[in-house]
Formats: sequence, C-alpha cells, structure tokens
Amino acid sequence: MLSKRKNNKAWFLVLPVVLVVAFTAIIPLMTVANYSVQDVLSPANRLYVGLDFFRAIATDPAIIAAFQRNLIFSTQILLIEIPLGIFIARLMPREGWKAAAALVIVAIPLIIPWNVVGITWRILARPDVGLLGVTVNQFRPFDIGNTPADAWVTMVAMDVWHWTPLVTLLVYAGLRSIPQAYYQAAAIDAASPWSVFRFVELPKLRRVLMIALLLRFMDSFMIYAEPYILTGGGPGTSTEVMSILLSVLALIQFDLGKSAAFSLIYFLIIQVFSFIFFTVLTLDERPGATKKTKRTVIHKRDDAVDDVTSVEGGRS
Amino acid sequence: MTTTNIPVIQGPLRGSYFDWRSWLFWFIMAVWSIPLLWLVSMSLRFNEDILAKFEVIPSRISFRGYTDFFSDPVWVGSFINSISYTTINMVLSVAVALPAAYAFSRYTFSGDKHLFFWLLTNRMAPAAVFALPFFQMYQAVGLFDTTYAVALAHMLFNVPLAVWILEGFMSGVPKQLDEIAEIDGYKFGRFFVMIFIPMIRAGIGVTMFFTFMFSWVELLISKTLTGPRAMPLSVQMSTTSTAAGLDWALLSAAGVIAIVPGVIVIWFVRNYIAKGFALGRV
Repeated sequence: MLSKRKNNKAWFLVLPVVLVVAFTAIIPLMTVANYSVQDVLSPANRLYVGLDFFRAIATDPAIIAAFQRNLIFSTQILLIEIPLGIFIARLMPREGWKAAAALVIVAIPLIIPWNVVGITWRILARPDVGLLGVTVNQFRPFDIGNTPADAWVTMVAMDVWHWTPLVTLLVYAGLRSIPQAYYQAAAIDAASPWSVFRFVELPKLRRVLMIALLLRFMDSFMIYAEPYILTGGGPGTSTEVMSILLSVLALIQFDLGKSAAFSLIYFLIIQVFSFIFFTVLTLDERPGATKKTKRTVIHKRDDAVDDVTSVEGGRS
Repeated sequence: MTTTNIPVIQGPLRGSYFDWRSWLFWFIMAVWSIPLLWLVSMSLRFNEDILAKFEVIPSRISFRGYTDFFSDPVWVGSFINSISYTTINMVLSVAVALPAAYAFSRYTFSGDKHLFFWLLTNRMAPAAVFALPFFQMYQAVGLFDTTYAVALAHMLFNVPLAVWILEGFMSGVPKQLDEIAEIDGYKFGRFFVMIFIPMIRAGIGVTMFFTFMFSWVELLISKTLTGPRAMPLSVQMSTTSTAAGLDWALLSAAGVIAIVPGVIVIWFVRNYIAKGFALGRV
C-alpha cells in the first residue's frame, strides 16, 4: 500500500463540508454556550452567573441517575446488537431476488419514523391487548406500566429490534466488499469457518464495525422519541434517560440557562466516550503500527496485481 | 468491466450445502417482522377494537385510516414536505461529502485528524441541544417553516455521516488506481467522475440510504423548524398523538404510509449494496 500523500490543497476539497457544518453547528453552539453562563430574566435583563448552572447540573441526583441509566442502556444494546448484527449479516442470502428481498426486509425498521416505533411498541407491549404483553403474560406477570424491570426490558428489546438492522446492513456491505480470492485462499488452507470469520472477515470488517459501534453508541446515548412514547420515562423514573430530562428542561420548563449547561455537558460526555472508542479502534492505523500478518501482506500484493489488470482492462 | 469467472471455490458464506443458514435467516426475519405486521394490522382495525380486545388477526377490517389520510390535504401535504426536504438533504449531503471524503481517504493535510473528529462530533450532538438555537437562526434568515430549513439543519448530522461512510468505502479502493490514472493522463476531475465515483457506487448508495433514513425519521429538529406550511409527516403524526383521544387507526395508517418511500429507496440502493465494489473480483 502506498502511504497517503501530504497535500494541503486537500483543504479545498474539504471546504464545502467545513462551511456547511460551520453554519449548522458552530453558530448554534455559540448561542448555547452563551445561554449557559447567564440567567436570562428577560431579553434586556441578563445576569452573568458563570459556572453556577454547570455546578447545579453536575450535582443534580436526577441527572446523575439518568446518566447511569444511559450508560447501562448503551452497554446492553451494544453487547446485543453488534454480535447479533454480524450474525444476521453472515446468514443473509447473497444472490438473486432473495438477497434483494432480504435487504429490504432487514432495513425496514430503520426507516420507520421514531415516534411510530414508540407507538407500535407501546401497543405491542400492553399486557391486555398487545401481542408481546399478552404472550409474556402467559408465562409470568408482565406489566410495562408498573414494573420497572419490564419497562426496561421492553425498551432494550425495542432498540434491538429497531437498530440491529443498521449493524446488519453495514456488516453486509462490508462482507460484500471482501474479494472472493480471500475465501479461496482460506479454502486452500482448509481454514475452519471460525478461522475464516476471525482472520479473513473480521479484519476486513473493522472499519464498518467501527462505524456501527460509534453510531449505535451515540444514538443510544441520545435516544429520545422511542422511550418517551413507550414509557414516558416511567414507571417512576426507571426509564428516564438524559434526553428526556433535557427536553423537559429546555422545551417545557423553558429554563434556557440550565438546559444550555446540561446540553454542553451532555454533548461533552458523548464526545469523550466517542473519542475513546475512535482512538482505540484506529490504534493500528497510526504510523508505526506494524500489526500485519504475513498472510495479509501476500493478499495485498495479489490485490495490487488485480488492480493493475482491472484498470487496464477497463480502459481498453 | 469484464468479469472473468474464476471457478470459485465456494466461500463459507455461499453454496447450497449450508441450507440451514437460509432457513435460520428467514426465521429470524419472520420474528423481526412481528412488530411491523402488528402496525399494519392496527392500521386495518377499528379504533374501538384496538384498545378493547386482543386479537392477532383482525376480526373485522376497516380502511378508514387510509381513506382519512388520503382525503385530508394536511396529511398528504405533510407527506410531500417530508419527501422534499429529505431529497434535498440527501443530494446536498452526498454532493459536499464526496470531495471531502476523497481528501480524507487520500491525503494528509494540516489538521486533518482534528477536522475529521470535529465533523464527527456534530453527529454526536443531541438534537435537543440545537433545537432552540436553530429556531432563532432560521427565523433570522427567513427560512423558518420551509423545507429548505429542515434540509439544511439535517445536514448537521448527515454531512458528517456521509463523509464518514464514504471515506470508509474510498479507503477500500487501492491508491494505486489514482496513481495509474494520473500516469495515464487523466485529469483529476475526469478521473474522479469517470473512474472513481463508479468505483465506489456501492458506498454512494449506502450513504444515500443512510442520509435519507436519518432525515426521514428525525422528529425534534423538523418539529422545531416548521410551522403549518412545511410540517413534515412525523410531526403531523405527533400532533395527532398529543390530541385528546388518539386516532390509532389513522396514526398506524400514517405509520405504514411513512414506511413506503423508504422501502422504495432501499429497493434502489439494494443493487449498490449487493454488488459491493468490483475490485479484486474482476
């Protein structure tokens, strides 16, 4: 592989993106930061309060409890969705109308508006008239409205149902991009299915898995519409996640300063976690990392030969 | 591109002797579609039945939800609004993300790592953080309650996502390709459009699908940035759900209808995902 070339003119290629995101992100964020340090009593009457709002947020027991729930929720759904997504993607048919049908069916949960997901599951989980509720009730009492554990499990199940397809699709796209030669080489070496997965597929899937992991972490940490409609944060506060608290503070109580401070802290937490994931997962892309097996090197060289022929073939 | 069919030693993922895989897959899909079938069944039932009795197969069927939807210009209009801002957003996001993703996958430049991570951070911002400032900003520039406002605002999370996914796919294309094209006298623009973009069409397809999807399902920002004129479908639904006494049948019918454009988009994208990129298999 050739290394990347240093070229500062690449900034011109990046410029449109920078401008767009600056317009949609930096200006609004500055407003938020501005609100977070002052108490807006009226448009003309503002009081500078420094970090008081931040202190109030960071010591609020309701917010700390919601933060812990977010953390547990994200961990649980990642542990279920990533392996399950890979598992389903590897089972998916690859050719013909079956592959097409499978893709459409897998992807459908993703394109359902989030409030519809919440509405569907709310009815589905009703112990009196919902399929899920009635079914579970045959075996043990199930009441999403009064039993915190039931509400929690339903919320996790809903998220797994809703978002595992994202992991599946990304992994499927990644699997499709693995050249057949890799499988042929593995077959010649009489590699077991597990070795094929571990040494051929998994390394090639690293990038898509990183995307899946980060996306699922971020989105599960920001989850709002589905649990809000499913349980409204209840019973009690058992499914009250941070975004529900934030939206109450910002859009119902209209507490500008406190919600701005909360927003910034919230944002920062997600960034720190994502940064850790991102850094850990891209460790061996750093210069100096030499974690390459002999086999991949050989394959890379084969690839290069293929590339040359393919480009020449395409031109003639 | 010509395909020389090498007699393929079947990988573990292909071949007919693994039939159980296919059975297991369709079984999982059957389980997976239960909530969806439940939604469809709700949309076909009478309001008074939905909350009154438990039945898997509706005992009597009503299409009132659907006829109400299509006879009400507010519902139909909101559907068209959703389609238009989602499409604008999808096209713009992919257009600006393509060159940027290329830059990230091919070059190092001052501050590239920081820039890439900064882009991603915007994907991580909870929508509630931006709701209020967006409202003030788009009102100030006169775009409030237009589909463009929502399309632009959704670029906040869709552009970083597009750059990210495209960069992944582009990095999978060997850099030798660029070098050879350059040696062969291709100008950058021509190389990019004629050779490179077809090469990563799988990635573009996947990116278009995801930008469409995240824009289509988003609720909070589109709710904040629209009034009665540009109100999207998901918001129209949530206004119904806040009214006293829910019209479950109409709501579920709207939910079913809201899935249809997505299914169409997936149908187009399926080829791009399914083909993968041809490199290494030519």
